[in-house]
Order: sequence, then C-alpha cells, then structure tokens
Amino acid sequence: MAVVFQKTKGLTDKQFHYCPGCTHGIIHRLVAEVLEELGLLDDAIGVAPVGCAVFCYDYFSCDMQEAAHGRAPAVATGIKRVNPKSAVFTYQGDGDLASIGAAEIVHASMRGEKFTTIFVNNAIYGMTGGQMAPTTLVGQKATTAPYGRNEDLAGMPLRVSEMLATIPKAVFVERVSVHDIPNINKAKKAIKKAFEIQMKGLGFTFVEILSTCPTNWGKTPLESLKWLQENMIPYFPLGNFRNVEEVK
Amino acid sequence: MAKELWKGNEAIAEAAIKAGCKFFFGYPITPQNEIPEYMAMRMPQIEGAAFVQAESEVAAINMVYGGAGSGARVMTSSSSPGISLKQEGITYIAGAELPCVIVNIVRGGPGLGGIQPAQSDYFQATKGGGHGDYRLLVLAPSSVQEAVDLTQEAFDMADQYRNPVMIMGDGMIGQMMEPVEFTDVPKRNLPEKTWATTGTKGKREHNVINSLFIDPAACEKHNIHLFEKYAEMEKNEVRVEEYNMDGAEIVFVAYGTTARIVKNAIATLGKEGIKAGLIRPITLWPYPSKTVEAAAAKANVKAFLTVEMSMGQMVEDVRLAVNGAKPVHFYGRTGGMVPTPAAIVAEAKKVLGGAK
Repeated sequence: MAVVFQKTKGLTDKQFHYCPGCTHGIIHRLVAEVLEELGLLDDAIGVAPVGCAVFCYDYFSCDMQEAAHGRAPAVATGIKRVNPKSAVFTYQGDGDLASIGAAEIVHASMRGEKFTTIFVNNAIYGMTGGQMAPTTLVGQKATTAPYGRNEDLAGMPLRVSEMLATIPKAVFVERVSVHDIPNINKAKKAIKKAFEIQMKGLGFTFVEILSTCPTNWGKTPLESLKWLQENMIPYFPLGNFRNVEEVK
Repeated sequence: MAKELWKGNEAIAEAAIKAGCKFFFGYPITPQNEIPEYMAMRMPQIEGAAFVQAESEVAAINMVYGGAGSGARVMTSSSSPGISLKQEGITYIAGAELPCVIVNIVRGGPGLGGIQPAQSDYFQATKGGGHGDYRLLVLAPSSVQEAVDLTQEAFDMADQYRNPVMIMGDGMIGQMMEPVEFTDVPKRNLPEKTWATTGTKGKREHNVINSLFIDPAACEKHNIHLFEKYAEMEKNEVRVEEYNMDGAEIVFVAYGTTARIVKNAIATLGKEGIKAGLIRPITLWPYPSKTVEAAAAKANVKAFLTVEMSMGQMVEDVRLAVNGAKPVHFYGRTGGMVPTPAAIVAEAKKVLGGAK
C-alpha cells in the first residue's frame, strides 16, 4: 500500500510534553519539515531555549544544544562560527527572546549572524505558570499582572519583528501565525524562506510565530485560537517586514 | 626558538593560538584588553578561525558554550567584573561538560573595584563562582613564561576532562613584559569529540549538549559523575613549586605575582639568618593540600604565613590543610595594592617573634 503521509524525519519519536491545544507542536513540525524538505537535516544544529520549548532538543532529530535563558543567539553565534556550512537555528519563546535575551537577539541581528531564529510569541510565560511577558497585551491578565497589564507601569508590548526590521543585517523578518490552516501554510513558507536565505549566507533571518497558550490564558484550545486572531493580530500585524531578496 | 620580549596578555593569546585555539569571543575590560586586541589581529590570518567581539561578557561566554559544544578549541578572557558576568555561562559549561579556556586577569574589587593587580577572585575561581556543585581547573602562572606554558597545556587539560579551565593571572602578569620562549608543551593523548554538535551527517543519532536533568535521580547521578571526574583531576593535576623548603622555620604560601615578591623577601630573610621557604600553588584547584600538610608535619617548620593580594582567601585552604598542626598567619594588600618585600620581611619577623 502506498504511503500517502508520514511524520517528518526531522522529529524524533519522543512524545511532546506540550499542553492540549498548544501550538508549539505545529511549529515544531513546520521547522522539522522545512529542514527535511531542504535537505538540511544532516547538517542542522538547533539551539533550545529556556521556557516551554526547553525540551525541544529531545524532539528535533538534528544535533541540538540547550542554552541558558535568553542566550540562544549567542550560543548559535558560537555554533555557526565553528560550523559555517551548517543550518543553525534558535527556537525561542517571548520571555526568553524579548525579555532576558533582548541584548543577544539584537546584537546577533546587528552582526548579521547567519542563522535563523524561530520566535514563538504567545504573549505569556508558559513554563513558569503564566507570568507577564514583554509581549503580554495591555489589559491581558497574567499571574504577575492580576489586574491586567497596566501600560503606565509595565509599558506596551514589544513588537520584536518591527524592531529587528530596522537592523540592516537582519535580512529576512516576517511575522506569521498558526491559528488556522491557511496561516499554518504561510508560516511554513516563511520558515522555508528564512532557511534558504540563511544557506545563501546573506545575513540574519527571523520568523516570529504567533502562538497560543490555552493553559495560562485560561481558555479552551478553540477559544485560544479565536483570541489570538481577535486580540494578538491587531497589535502584532502579520506580514513580511524585511526580505533582502525583494529589496534590490 | 630564541627568547622574545612579550607582554603577558599578548603572550597568553599567542600561546592559545599555538595550542590550536581558533575561536575567541571577548569583550573589552581593563587590564586584559590586549588579549582580545591580539586575537582580533591574529584570528583573520588563520584559516577557518574567528574573533567575535561580543555585546557583553554574558554573550561572550555563551558563544564559548556554542563553539565548545561544536568541538572547537575556544577561549574567552576578561577581568574580575567581567568574570562575574560570565559565571552563568561557566556553570552551564561545567554542567554540560564542555572544554574551554577562560582567562581572568584579576583586578581589585568588589564592585567596579579598580584596574590594578589583585588576587581577590580566589574564592570565585576555586569554590564555584556560579550556582551548583562544580569545579574549574584553575592555573595560576607567576611569570609570563609560565603563563605561556600553562595556557598551551590548558587546552589539553580541558579536552581531557571535558571541563572549563581557568587561567588566573593578575594585572601584573597581564601587563608585564618578560622574555618568553614558545616551546611545544607535551601533547596529551586525547579522546575524539564524538559528543560534539557538528551535524549528524545522517550517520549517527543526534548529539545534545545540555545541562538539564529534570529527574532528580538523574541530576544527582550527573553530579556524582562530575565529582568522579574532579577526583581524577585531584589525583593527576595538582601542581606546586616548593622553594627553599629545607630547614625552613617559616613557610610562606603564595601564588602568582605575590609568590615572586615573597621570593625576594626570602632572600632578605636569609641574609639575616632566618630560614624561610615557599610553597607556591600552581594549580589553585585542585589545591596542593598534601604539600602544605607535609610541611606542617615537619619539626623545623614553626609557622605558616600566607601572603595574598586580597583580604585573605587562599589562607582558608592553607588552614584546612595545616589542620591546626601549626599556626597559620596572613598578610595581604588589596584593592590593587601590591605587597612590598620589606613589608613581608617585617611580617615574617613578627610571626617568628610571636611563635618563639
């Protein structure tokens, strides 16, 4: 019998630990499929973050390093300098990348480090139990913002893609979402483009992916997808912010 | 090769390159700036090598993690406040068992402290500056030549034990110029780095560089494994110089720059008929406790005098080794002040007067 579909070789058989309805699983698969489709699996080296995706080193079948909180772009810099021909990526959440690791991501972009960052933005700290993130929306409740994020005291959510798009050596910056099938397909295209540009050695590549956290948002998986669409996308608009191949 | 005049920092950098270090990640801080500056000049001349000026010490040590995890010979350098910033990365590197060399050209502290030579980072280097149970191999050169030799060997030590090695100099060692000969230090028989992340090439299971063990039993087992490794280091790597110890009635314990000043004091004391010896630890960890203990057991030894450029840190390890057998005294200058031979002589006489 013909095999019409099978799991990508980019993932191991280890069962994910993610909560029901969490979109990390989808994003893992997209990254793994892209690596397989581009023939990069044997040469890929990924960097896991601290946060919900901390165990992704067990899920991706390529070589992996587990970084300290926020330091994945620095670790990836070391890896890529030693392995300039490898496909190197970091997989980071919003607390990891936009808060404690803000300096590392900005300066890896500034240097034009030739790796790809997959930035999973779900507007909350998931692993530690629902604390406010730099990307938590104004008014959104979190365990450290029990009355909702107060913009006078905690400021406004950080739009990382827009910020990185101002950096000349960040040659591909796109924000996508995985709340429905058409957007999942667009997300995969963006991830593929980012790795293609990385392998051409053109500079730093970045894909921000809006993601859900039903557990810490206090919503069902379906409500979460709807909430993402209605609340996150208006503040974090989807689209390409930079594509060096189109700017000639 | 004939002897050449080299500044300590630059000599350490060249020694690292001679040892096969091809990747350097650093950040400016006085008094170690000549190391990154020299690497910035030399690395582009070497095929496949790289120098990166990181955005911070925090980033630099994590670049070391990534590069070391990929199996390369990697180094970073800094001075005291910068080494404090690197501690997070150092504990991760120790936990993930990655070989690398970290140079600390120590300056006065605490806080921003000063930029003159000091030895007040001894606790940080030898007792675990970051969180968790771990050890660094800590090497303390007392001349530029010794800094060169130890730096070259440090890379082999790091690879042998899969452990970070710290070269602990002080501002004097870093800034001073001395005649140096770059001789080949004996190469160790080293295992292949089959654990490194270089891409599976479709030929093996994926390698994972990691220090996370979420199951407490597994985490404890990992710690026990690390300590078996540290026990091997304690067995094989202790280095110490014993100087003028025959018949010494007072034994100095000092390392690095301070040990050289103590040697001057010993000469002066000798002229005055006082027999003084020196135990100079070359490895600060593992510590030469047995040498100190053996000296304490000698009948001719009346007292110990530890001399440091700190308020008294290594003296605790001397006291542990002497274990009450003889009195242990301390003399130190700190904050960038360097003890004079005259002050050390005076302190020794005071100690002997008190012991008689």
